[in-house]
Amino acid sequence: MKPATRPRSEPGTERLLYVDPAHDRFAHHVARDLPDLLGAGDLMVVNDAATLPASLAVTGQSLEVRLVRRGRTDAEWFAILLGAGDFRSPTEERGPPRAVCEGEELDFGAGLSAAVTAVDPELPRLVEIRFHLRGAALLSALYRCGRPVQYAYLERELALWHFQNRFAARPWALELPSAGHCLTWETLLRMRARGVGIAHVTHAAGISSTGSLALDERLPFPERYEIALSTVQSIERTKDAGGRVVAVGTTVVRALEACQAEHGRLRAGEGEARLVIGPGFRPRVADGILSGMHEPTTSHYALLQAFAPRALLERALDAAARAEYLQHEFGDTMLILAN
Amino acid sequence: MKLQGKAALVTGASRGLGQALAEELAARGAKVVLIARGVAELEKVAARIRAAGGDAFALPGDVGEKAAVHGLAGAAAALVGPIDVLVHNASILGPTPLRLLLDTECEDLHEVLEANLVGPFRLTKIIAGSMALRGEGVVVHVSSDAAVAAYPRWGAYGVSKAAQDHLSRQWAAEIGEFGVRVFAVDPGEMDTEMHARAIPAADRSSLASPRVVAQRIAEMIESGSIAGGSRAIAQTWRAA
Repeated sequence: MKPATRPRSEPGTERLLYVDPAHDRFAHHVARDLPDLLGAGDLMVVNDAATLPASLAVTGQSLEVRLVRRGRTDAEWFAILLGAGDFRSPTEERGPPRAVCEGEELDFGAGLSAAVTAVDPELPRLVEIRFHLRGAALLSALYRCGRPVQYAYLERELALWHFQNRFAARPWALELPSAGHCLTWETLLRMRARGVGIAHVTHAAGISSTGSLALDERLPFPERYEIALSTVQSIERTKDAGGRVVAVGTTVVRALEACQAEHGRLRAGEGEARLVIGPGFRPRVADGILSGMHEPTTSHYALLQAFAPRALLERALDAAARAEYLQHEFGDTMLILAN
Repeated sequence: MKLQGKAALVTGASRGLGQALAEELAARGAKVVLIARGVAELEKVAARIRAAGGDAFALPGDVGEKAAVHGLAGAAAALVGPIDVLVHNASILGPTPLRLLLDTECEDLHEVLEANLVGPFRLTKIIAGSMALRGEGVVVHVSSDAAVAAYPRWGAYGVSKAAQDHLSRQWAAEIGEFGVRVFAVDPGEMDTEMHARAIPAADRSSLASPRVVAQRIAEMIESGSIAGGSRAIAQTWRAA
């Protein structure tokens, strides 16, 4: 499947592949038809995390530091290192980064710097750093120096606003939670008019591939999430009334199912999702998922198999590829939901 | 909306009405993010609020600059949580002494519109989606009587404020049903540095104190008696 090389000029026109596992069938739609595929009493749960510009260039060196997970405080971060090359080269083709050592200072310019506090003994590209600023000063500096993580398939480097969903608030995500990108307020308004509820979680969507097989085996990293009390209540009401809960994106599935698995029920508050969801996993909270188009080799694809049998997914995705659907962050979309 | 524990963002918060508003919202228990271009002045205001026991964070930046706005909104939400109250107070007059329209350069009008109209539009666009999602939020546009009456030499500013008043009504018409209350408020003539620049000869004793006006605006946010889409006059308004 070809990648979408730029964001849509007309929002809501992404194609939407509707996969119905209850009837073992699929159909072609567009994203703005989504309200017609849901019914009164259904609930859609989005990830409202904004995207932080998580890519930092070390001044005067061919070294990129990519923030992948927040540590104990706002100043402490896990990061991966990337070597020579820019976003135009796929990460797996980027040169190996030079080795860094514990205690080393990394200068990002414009007053932002950090100390390396740990280097992973097996994978030296995975490090822990501590910024010398905190709070408002750190955030100002991060937004000044950082750039959003870019992708090799993009036709040009995109600005930070391209990587935000239309309802985003706290910048917890390190890459765009892209399943929500096709949701315009026109679509959300129509959904509301149909009696479809809209709720949210905040999930620190992290890096989905690093360009290193050994590092990729450690993915996904534990990701911080927060579930609002209103969301827990909306989900309970929906379930009680026989409605369906549709998770917008794998990050929402991960937050909801990790919380459910850890506590035996959904509860409001913060947590860290460590759960890996794949074939054989039975989702307890989400009945369906709105997701990007994912190829069979990715971890996202493994997660989709929790919602539909592999054979149906393969048939649907084959048809989508033939119909020239586009994949990746700004690509087309898929709804898997039993009707 | 009660301000206790809420997340608020005030633009143009380093002096005048913006400073008074930031102090007032913090005094009522809101966690306040202050934005303005002047770093030192802004830090001083935030430090004063903190010294008085309030929660305040200074984010230097220009809300009229497209490249900066996502960073300011993102940093604000990271510091105090999703924004519940957004106050568009920052504005510019354009070149002073104020000029007749026939003497106004197109570029000057453009700059005033960018700061007083497009800037607030951008910031609301970034922040109000989350308010609509959560079903709660208040957006305040600080207006001026120059938005209604056409005073000679106030052209660029007056046009920008009139357009902002309508922007406010337009937002209210579209996102009111999601529970977001958007209104405009005319603070009246106040004893501020901006007023002194526009009308240097004004009798300061006849001007309202920004502090008193800020209290009124905070009451409007809390009381809910100002409906979305309306335009209030701060100096004659009384809580219902």
